[in-house]
Amino acid sequence: MSSTAQAVHHEEHHQSFFERWFMSTNHKDIGTLYLLFSFLMLFVGGSFAMLIRAELFEPGMQLMQPYFFNELTSMHGLVMIFGVIMPSFVGLANWMIPMQIGAPDMALPRLNNLSFWILPFAFILLLSTFFMPGGAPAAGWTMYPPLVLQGGESIAFMIFAIHLMGISSILGSINIIATILNLRAPGLDLLKMPMFCWSWLITSFLVIAVMPVLAGAVTMMLFDRFFGTNFFNAGAGGDPVMYQHVFWFFGHPEVYIMILPAFGIISEIVPTFSRKPLFGYKAMVYAIACIAFLSFIVWSHHMFTVGLPLGAEVFFMYSTMLIAVPTGVKIFNWVTTMWKGSLSFEVPMLWAIGFIVLFSIGGFSGVMMALVPADFQYYGTYFIVAHFHYVLVGGALFSIIGAVYYWLPKWSGHMYSNFWSKLHFWSSVLSVNVLFFPQQFLGFAGMPRRIPDYNVAFADWNMVSSIGGFWFGASQLILVGVVIHCVFFSKAKATSRVWEHAYGLEWTLPSPAPHHSFTVPPVIDDSQLAHGDVSH
Amino acid sequence: MTMSSSNCKRRIVGAAAAFGALLVAMTAAANPVPWQMNLDKGVTPVSQQIWNLHMAALWVCVALGILVFGAMFIAIVRFRRSKGAVAETWSHNTLLEIGWTVLPVLILIGLAAPATILTREMYNATDAQMTVKVTGYQWLWRYDYISYDGKPVSKVPTVWSRLAADSNAARQLDSGISPYSVKAADGSNSYLLDVTHPLVIPAGVKVRFLITADDVIHGWWVPDFAAKRDAIPGIMNDAWAKVDKPGTYLGQCYVLCGQDHSAMPVVVKVLPRDEFNAWLTAQQNAATLDKAARTARVEPQQPVPPKG
Repeated sequence: MSSTAQAVHHEEHHQSFFERWFMSTNHKDIGTLYLLFSFLMLFVGGSFAMLIRAELFEPGMQLMQPYFFNELTSMHGLVMIFGVIMPSFVGLANWMIPMQIGAPDMALPRLNNLSFWILPFAFILLLSTFFMPGGAPAAGWTMYPPLVLQGGESIAFMIFAIHLMGISSILGSINIIATILNLRAPGLDLLKMPMFCWSWLITSFLVIAVMPVLAGAVTMMLFDRFFGTNFFNAGAGGDPVMYQHVFWFFGHPEVYIMILPAFGIISEIVPTFSRKPLFGYKAMVYAIACIAFLSFIVWSHHMFTVGLPLGAEVFFMYSTMLIAVPTGVKIFNWVTTMWKGSLSFEVPMLWAIGFIVLFSIGGFSGVMMALVPADFQYYGTYFIVAHFHYVLVGGALFSIIGAVYYWLPKWSGHMYSNFWSKLHFWSSVLSVNVLFFPQQFLGFAGMPRRIPDYNVAFADWNMVSSIGGFWFGASQLILVGVVIHCVFFSKAKATSRVWEHAYGLEWTLPSPAPHHSFTVPPVIDDSQLAHGDVSH
Repeated sequence: MTMSSSNCKRRIVGAAAAFGALLVAMTAAANPVPWQMNLDKGVTPVSQQIWNLHMAALWVCVALGILVFGAMFIAIVRFRRSKGAVAETWSHNTLLEIGWTVLPVLILIGLAAPATILTREMYNATDAQMTVKVTGYQWLWRYDYISYDGKPVSKVPTVWSRLAADSNAARQLDSGISPYSVKAADGSNSYLLDVTHPLVIPAGVKVRFLITADDVIHGWWVPDFAAKRDAIPGIMNDAWAKVDKPGTYLGQCYVLCGQDHSAMPVVVKVLPRDEFNAWLTAQQNAATLDKAARTARVEPQQPVPPKG
């Protein structure tokens, strides 16, 4: 064994910068690359959001032409979904899954390298459309035909970029499934795994199931635009609504691809800082599986006003409402995990509590819009915008930031600044509500989404929302400072356990985690499982 | 019939007040107002039932929020390690888990039942006394009267409903015109919510809207009617409304339809039935006269409809 360790050590010494960061097959390095990439994209997509909120600061057009505004909203959505939320979850999976299941690396390390390195090229293609004649795609991130087909040649680049992103996430998911199913340490049964691994195992199947559907939809669009087919052209017997069905058959599971790993993260953080086992571990696993299944049979709730038959409206209303049940179970279980625990409020716990509150608010508005008649008054308004930003910013993004604060000491070997990270949390959680809560009022008042200009009656809440937006955007700069300080300048060494009550295999490794870990499978001690539930 | 003078005065004052109230209602009822925080109740039975359902769902959510966040808040206050709380080790409670699976199902059934009944009603466009075809274009609405009172309407010209000129001037980048200066005749702000020609329909009549589009997908919506459908090329959707209260009702296109998506408002003027009949007759006469005049002058056909 010692010779292996020496060989590993030897290899590390001779890796040049280029070899280490461009040719890496190491799950930790690739995880870091994913996280850095999505961090960069957060500021790219965020800068689009800042421009959007600046134009919406007051009525009238002040900064840009309406078409450019549409380019911004479309690209903001695509970048945030495919460039931030999804890659950062994959990055966390890369870092944590091998360490949580006692594996030396991902099952398919070279594939791992490929699936990351596809992404920068995909986003260069996507973002380059801004500089092309006719501008970037401007039909929204949902890319509905016929509108999207009016765009310039640049939509070919957008479609190819989406194909690449799809390939990247499918490869990543195959890798995660292969790793979890094959490389668990002896004795680590599936039902002993940490919730984060469970959430990603199920998410991976969703990714593999629906990314090809999106690829099919955009390929048909490509053919309509460039090769004379008429899939979506009503004038030649095609059907624009068919695109919406295909798109949302991808799109709704996609929503859960962006939130299930968050459920896993929160299920890790809450028991640690409650010093109490996760309440209802098995129920949590089944709830995730149940949500994943239901996500395939609810897609038309994105299309209630499209003119569906009555029976379809009612079916999709019921199936959508059903999702509230397992989702409710998860929230009740987190709260019950905290009940009669011994709580402390380190920074990751603050983000987890913020997640539970904000995600619940987004969930509540989701139940309201599941009701078909009510959705007729909400559809296409800012109420929808508020809803999905509560679940994607207050939900997904908060969980990702929480995860970074939870595992950063493990990755870097240093503790971060308590003051600045707490300031980051409080600043973010206040501003995110100033940003999105008024958007619910705007929606109720009837303000349509995706408009650059509005009647003066909408002016006041828009100004409040914009102020919240600038505040939230600026708050994220604190995170840059905290991370740079922690990695390069912090003097505070992290212990291997880092958090007093943190259990699970990753905490048995030293901090920072060695470049190669678990080259020898660990022995599983059932009393040290991450979820703390010794009965499984 | 005799009338005392005081009684007469009271009547006049009452009528004036009613007229004033009607004016206010006509102008304000349908407009979004600054700092508005909730849905409008609207003016149709359907929109009012939707409002009730919306409020029921909202209060259910508020109650559940108080329950969940309240429990969490108590836990945060009471079970702090800094206060010496010692963690318990349980992680199961079958009864509790069954309870919070079954209870939400019951609450959801309670919401789904009225929602289902109401959806059926919204889908029942039978017995409409009037049919209007609505076509979305980039970026205006076209209205064609198809039938009224069981008879086809043939002589009423198509209504082209574009953004009003004053809004259009103000909305241009660097126009130098403040959106606050764009006012309707009654003095209320009409920025981006006023059109050249509104759709005119009679009060107290069930009107069926056939909704389609000719270029890209648009969305036709009057919030106060809760009449809303996507306007899709190649597909004819329908929605209906029976509006009892005359007035001017505003809405906007709600499906992204290109650069001027924010500039295609929906304005529907609801007239008392006799006034509407008079208006319709006037339109028909004008159209007949116009046609006769044009035939006499042998002029070319009307200019082609404005498009994108």
